[in-house]
Amino acid sequence: MNVIETSGLGKRYHQTWALRECSLAIPAGHVAALVGPNGAGKTTLLNLTVGLATPSAGAVTVLGGIPAGSPGALDGIAFVAQDTPVYKNLSVTDMLHLTRNLNRHFDQGYARARLDELGIPLKRKAGKLSGGQQAQLALTLALARRPRLLVLDEPLANLDPLARHDFMATVMAAVAGKGEGEVGAGMSVVLSSHVLAELERVADYLILVSGGRVQVAGEVDDLLARHRVLTGPATDVHTPEELAVVHERRGEAQAHLLVRTGGPADAVPPGWEAHPVSLEELVLAYLRQPGAGALPGPARTRNAESTEVTR
Amino acid sequence: MTAMATPARPARDVRLRPVPWRGMAWVSWRQHRATLAGLVAVLGVTGLYLYVTGLHLRHDVAAYGEMFTANGSGKMEMTPTAALLQVLPALIGAFVGAPVLARELETGTFRYTWTQGFGRERWAAAKLAQIAVAVTVVAGAFGFLFSWCYEPIIGVRQGLSPLMAITFDLRGVAFAGWALVAFAIGVLAGVLIRRVVPAMFTTLAAWSGLAVVTGAYLRPHYETPLVTSGFRPLSAAWVIGQRWTLHGKPVSLSTVDQVLHKLGAIEVAPGVFGAAPGGSGQTGGGFGQTASQASPASRNVNPVPYLIHHGFAQLTTYQPASRFWPFQWIEAGWLLALSLLLIAATIWLVRRHAA
Repeated sequence: MNVIETSGLGKRYHQTWALRECSLAIPAGHVAALVGPNGAGKTTLLNLTVGLATPSAGAVTVLGGIPAGSPGALDGIAFVAQDTPVYKNLSVTDMLHLTRNLNRHFDQGYARARLDELGIPLKRKAGKLSGGQQAQLALTLALARRPRLLVLDEPLANLDPLARHDFMATVMAAVAGKGEGEVGAGMSVVLSSHVLAELERVADYLILVSGGRVQVAGEVDDLLARHRVLTGPATDVHTPEELAVVHERRGEAQAHLLVRTGGPADAVPPGWEAHPVSLEELVLAYLRQPGAGALPGPARTRNAESTEVTR
Repeated sequence: MTAMATPARPARDVRLRPVPWRGMAWVSWRQHRATLAGLVAVLGVTGLYLYVTGLHLRHDVAAYGEMFTANGSGKMEMTPTAALLQVLPALIGAFVGAPVLARELETGTFRYTWTQGFGRERWAAAKLAQIAVAVTVVAGAFGFLFSWCYEPIIGVRQGLSPLMAITFDLRGVAFAGWALVAFAIGVLAGVLIRRVVPAMFTTLAAWSGLAVVTGAYLRPHYETPLVTSGFRPLSAAWVIGQRWTLHGKPVSLSTVDQVLHKLGAIEVAPGVFGAAPGGSGQTGGGFGQTASQASPASRNVNPVPYLIHHGFAQLTTYQPASRFWPFQWIEAGWLLALSLLLIAATIWLVRRHAA
């Protein structure tokens, strides 16, 4: 099952396309990271997914084929928007009641225990909480709905490093508990973020959006296995022809090439060394080369034309 | 850690029951109780004043009877009060209506609310319906209190038309209609403008425009006005216009003026003629009253009978006092229809609003 599936999805605001011809599929059971430069269309994609916006072109379905924004989709998806909006004049308890009244499922026990554990006073006005506490409150409200898909839009943007860590710890604890004592699908997570270091620890699926299009999509392990960094002499001006180079960085002494490989057995050119690549390096390389694409993703993206790696 | 984990829900619910409507009752109450309290406080204090005034009026009428209503002291009190209270619906629209959606859109909380399981159209419908009913009920009670307060001095015997512009829309069911339409204008302005303060000012302007247009152009024509050529005072009628005719054809006031000038009578006020000053020093009264003691030059001529005798006629267009309740229901009716239309448009805009 794909928690999000889009085909030719586009969104236009007035004359500007915020997202264009976006076709992707995010399978269930992942913590999927949506990355890309500012203005790449990440927030637009998430808004379309949670039903806050309607497509100008194409279609988006969620949770295995339900139209985004339909009652079933709203019921199964919890969304924490950028800046984690809560009603500032309501107390934490009121926010719990509010969320409980607006949803079919609300795990009051979980929410209270979680807030207690975080040391968030129930009687305090939401507006008086610190930024980190407000984010935790919004996240707890979302998790207590027991969603099948949790969508987080830039949840870490305004948080200090400690709050970021705590926030992601809450997410990961919820993910780790999925399916406990239950048969069936657990919670999937899709989050957009600029904080690459934080994503590396939590994400096992990556979607890289750039210029309103999907540039890279796939499981993190798979992506990492299919890329590596080659280090060789900078004087060697001729990059070996047979290499699929994503990004090339030449220093004074050494050249670093991030290349796509057919498999681990790929030959390393004489005089060059191969290193495994980190997620952060991989993302940065693709961000620097918006024309490069690697789409090893499953389902929908498989039939898409395997985009040639360009220089 | 695992104890804190979110329990997973069974994979798929066979059939989705919508989140019950009653959930919204608590939500609306919690989020708007302060506004509602403010509304009740403002109308309550004003209502208390009206209640006390009403008791005083009744006491004075009982004590002085016809003398009291004739000297018009009650009317002198009523006019500024009614003028002041005209702004109440506009304030309801600006302070109760405009922020409902504009604040959600301005602060971004709609991203939270509209992604809950309840669904945004149902959320908007439930919330707007509940506040609209509350506003209508409170305003309705206020309208009837205002009616009760000034009842002793408005009516046929007292000569004040119940249809006159300054009190008609504060009385009976019309006030509830005006408050409701102000609320509806407010919520629509809020969803269109998406900012609280500009939406409030727009609401004030739009409501005032509607009220002025209604008073000047719509209300006089709810039913075909009656026309009379009689000169006796129309008891408590709402006079819409007067014009002169000569042998059935309209004539301008200057024509009438010229004719009367020959007699020595002059226009003392637009459309009102009296004997020229200089004689007894008394100028004639207003409409329908003849200058019984004319100036020396026209001592034996009473202008109005003179004009009538010479083929002139004064036609008065008016709405009789008996049409008060039909007019109330007509006004409340179309205001209710307009309000429902505006609220429906608001819900439609919420539905298609793109974040």
